Amino acid sequence: MTPTLIQPTGVAHTRIYSYGAARGEIAVPNDDLVGPIDSSDEWIRQRTGIITRMRAVAETDAIDLATDAAREAIAKSGVDASAIDVVIVATVSNPKQTPSVAAIVADRVGSNPAAAFDLNAACAGFAYGVAQADALIRAGASSYALVIGTEKLSDVVDPTDRSISFLLGDGAGAVVIGPSDTPGIGPTVWGSDGSKADAVGMNATLTQFRDGQAPWPTLRQEGPTVFRWAVWEMVKVARQALEAAGVEASDLAAFVPHQANMRIIDEFAKQLKLPDTVVIGRDIETTGNTSAASIPLATHRLLQEHPELSGGLALQIGFGAGLVFGAQVVVLP
Amino acid sequence: MAFTSEEVLAGLAELVTDETGISADEVALEKSFTDDLDIDSISMMTIVVNAEEKFGVTIPDDEVKNLKTVGDAVTFITSNQA
Repeated sequence: MTPTLIQPTGVAHTRIYSYGAARGEIAVPNDDLVGPIDSSDEWIRQRTGIITRMRAVAETDAIDLATDAAREAIAKSGVDASAIDVVIVATVSNPKQTPSVAAIVADRVGSNPAAAFDLNAACAGFAYGVAQADALIRAGASSYALVIGTEKLSDVVDPTDRSISFLLGDGAGAVVIGPSDTPGIGPTVWGSDGSKADAVGMNATLTQFRDGQAPWPTLRQEGPTVFRWAVWEMVKVARQALEAAGVEASDLAAFVPHQANMRIIDEFAKQLKLPDTVVIGRDIETTGNTSAASIPLATHRLLQEHPELSGGLALQIGFGAGLVFGAQVVVLP
Repeated sequence: MAFTSEEVLAGLAELVTDETGISADEVALEKSFTDDLDIDSISMMTIVVNAEEKFGVTIPDDEVKNLKTVGDAVTFITSNQA
């Protein structure tokens, strides 16, 4: 007779224990970028709300940024690094496909031999990572998870591109997630639409570059198409995430959308009809768009500037190349 | 109920004013959205989405780039009403 397998179940609830952040070392003002795109500081500010973006020096890579953010999150969490048994890194800009960023970071921060893997969900990557960490812990597959979004997007920009390059920055944001006595991470509303794969993403493959058929691949987007989707379609997703969590917009302490563009953030907040009491993450103004890192970076900053948000609810929503999206309501640590 | 060209123009002018602050009087048929009214692509998309709702039409992304002038938009909306 075949023996019955042991199949574990986990804890009932999870929460985010802490945030960590790392940004590129150099603040790059608009004036440094306007030459090749025949533009101006005013043009960039008006279209994006960005004043500076943080970019890393040549010696710093996405793994370094992830390590710094992770160390801060672990130190603030009260969890011993050796107790973390899964490390999830969301990134699209590490220039080496394998080994994963996650395995290296897990070792650097003292979480070796945690399970470790990278995920590619672009600007929704952090929300995807939180969804997985929450599910793994509640399923009994993990005790404590480290989720990191990290990007060095300055390696994949074209200085002459007027569609997206001037928005992009470098940084990493990290959280430690673990068991909780009360619900701390609401249901994730997530999905994809690969029929719009051409709307935003890399403009060539590495093999095309190798064969001399394309220059070094860089990011491009169909700005107006992405804008329409990012606001009016994503507002529906945000509302679904609120409904799934059983809360109203007026229950929120903070709203942290992916830091794509200030115009998207402003229109999104308007469409969501957020009350004035909800604090909105606007880290893009000085950090730029850091894809998978943008939500935890923005939240980290909000918690620094508004410590009273601790214990409140935040709606976070990521959306980007794929197209992919993910949203959930979380309790802020 | 179908909107007349005059009603679409007046409604569109309202949407342009709401989004950009440009006086409704400026929004004339021959005006170019970008060259004359200085409306950027993000504001244009906001106006398009609001126009879809106001007039009950669908304006696909690929069509938006063909709407160079206010007159182009009025013609598209009036001829694509349900």
